[in-house]
Amino acid sequence: MSEFLQQLLNGISLGAIYALIALGYTMVYGVLRFINFAHSDVFMVGAFVGYYLGRLLPEHTVLGGITVLVGAMIACALLGMTIERLAYRPLRGAPTLNVLITAIGVSLLLEYTGQLVFGATPRTFPAIFPVAQFEVGGLVISSNQLMVIGVSLVLMVVLQLIVFRTRIGTAMRAVSLNPNAARLVGVNNDVVISFTFGLGSALAAAGGILYAINYPSIDPLMGVMPGLKAFVAAILGGIGNIPGAALGGLLLGTVETFVSGSQFSTYKDAIAFGILIIILLFRPAGLLGKFTVEKV
Amino acid sequence: MSRIQTLLVSLVCLGLPLAAWAQSGKIKIGEYASLTGKEAAFGQSSHKGTVLAIEEINAAGGVLGRQLELVSEDNQSKPGESATIATKLITREKVVALLGEVASSRSIEAAIVAQKYRIPLISPSSTNPKVTEIGNYIFRVCFIDPFQGTALAKFASSHLKARRVAIVTSVSSAYSVGLAKFFREQFVADGGQVVLEQKYSEGDKDFKAQLTAIKAAAPDAIFVPGYYTEAALMCKQARDLGLKQPLFGGDGWEAPELITIGGKAVEGCYYSTHYSPEIPTEAVKTFVKRFKDRWNGETPDAMAALGYDSALVLVDAIRRAGSTEADKIRSALATTKDLEGVTGRTTIDAQRNASKPAVVVEVRNGEFRFVQSVAP
Repeated sequence: MSEFLQQLLNGISLGAIYALIALGYTMVYGVLRFINFAHSDVFMVGAFVGYYLGRLLPEHTVLGGITVLVGAMIACALLGMTIERLAYRPLRGAPTLNVLITAIGVSLLLEYTGQLVFGATPRTFPAIFPVAQFEVGGLVISSNQLMVIGVSLVLMVVLQLIVFRTRIGTAMRAVSLNPNAARLVGVNNDVVISFTFGLGSALAAAGGILYAINYPSIDPLMGVMPGLKAFVAAILGGIGNIPGAALGGLLLGTVETFVSGSQFSTYKDAIAFGILIIILLFRPAGLLGKFTVEKV
Repeated sequence: MSRIQTLLVSLVCLGLPLAAWAQSGKIKIGEYASLTGKEAAFGQSSHKGTVLAIEEINAAGGVLGRQLELVSEDNQSKPGESATIATKLITREKVVALLGEVASSRSIEAAIVAQKYRIPLISPSSTNPKVTEIGNYIFRVCFIDPFQGTALAKFASSHLKARRVAIVTSVSSAYSVGLAKFFREQFVADGGQVVLEQKYSEGDKDFKAQLTAIKAAAPDAIFVPGYYTEAALMCKQARDLGLKQPLFGGDGWEAPELITIGGKAVEGCYYSTHYSPEIPTEAVKTFVKRFKDRWNGETPDAMAALGYDSALVLVDAIRRAGSTEADKIRSALATTKDLEGVTGRTTIDAQRNASKPAVVVEVRNGEFRFVQSVAP
């Protein structure tokens, strides 16, 4: 029983990181209807910004840790907005396929610029937050796991508030619903899209930092696998749907952990992706997605 | 013809014979190594050892009256790159022999190419038996995993007093799968029990699920036949989950990164390797001193020592062959006998392997400390 609970905890803390990255994919899809493949590399840049900031600040302090987290989020928000301005905005109105291929290009650009600037050798991420462990009836909980879950929850609630309780959030939903109608009622689409990219990238940076705290070996290609998993999580939950992305991330992390801990650990990715296929067979729009009929 | 063209033509006319002379002047040796990427610590160490050996030989007048030139290429620790690099070194650079790789999977890739072109290849520190089974042009200067696995199994029963062991294997690494197999055979034959076997793939970073399952099985020790990045992360996550048993592994653990990534979590963990700078022999002492002088006070690890020895063995063979022809070097390599090096005497056996003692090292107070030597 305690093994089951421990695996559940491991799964949720891994899934929370997937969820944070998945939110960025889903939000961009919501407003622009395309998959931003460069998102997983913004995640990597977030971890590296955290690495350099973390070396300047004292280790094992709450204040230092929060500074690193917020610093990386701001830096990546700016990076996300720059990418949107330089790479995607000139293609506004072009077929989605063109934008998609540009996104792959930006992704490769970030990965290999990263190899050039940061080097291909893995770096050891500093322990920016204090570390402790608690034992509750055979269940060992590390402060890092709690923090991943806590920070993810807070960020998701904040995101939900931004989207549903603020003017810019209302504008985001309006653009998502119908960009032309939104423009007609006075929404500045460029500002809204830029904001969406900034918000999504900040979440990716937070994911990057949390990932690096738990697995303190970072390299320029570290975003590829978590990015792919998060993308799957976003689809699993219903792409374009914010609670869906969170649910998809948690589900994928938990399934992966349980498979890893069993005799079939070699097949963990195969089983995780197999479940995705089965869910999509029965619910083509994802778990929480709404199936809409294209009207002509 | 303009003046510039005349100048160019005369330069080319002068330059061509010079280039030809230079080619016959220097003996080119190719090296493929993981200079960057996940196992960069291995490639860098091995490379520094090899460079030191080549420089020393050149300073002493070279071999057959000619200087040596080491052409190094980086495979970024990626699968697939080594074969490309080996082809390039052989066909474009025209190297007389190849030195390289620590990771067995990548040595196997290059070995297939070297065997095809019939160019001798010496792996300094790939321990999987399959490497030299590729063909008669492939050699190595270190022990092989059946011996390392046996030595580790004996160490686990006698020194760690472990009866029940859990194993975590990397399924995508030939080295890891092989070492796990040889360890299990000896450990079970000695009356031990393997309570649980867990698996992961290269590049994985989350091992909490596997470790949680291991915790439930309550072994006396955990055997991790993998490379240092994964090993360090695994030690860290094991301690996070409250596992207090010692973790131990093979020579894949040997890198300073084990301690920088693992920190306190790797304290009291063990691994077997080829050499320790603390071995009190004259050869090791001089080597450590020269290495430190050459590379800013860095202490050479086993990969550096084997990188050094691989160059010595190759040059010795070229000298005895009296030629740089590939098949003559190959025949000379096959008859290498009692060649004195840093990691002991090298004698190449019929399977083109070397048999050498293993050393067990413990991490204590953030340093690698020599525990015991296991004779072959």
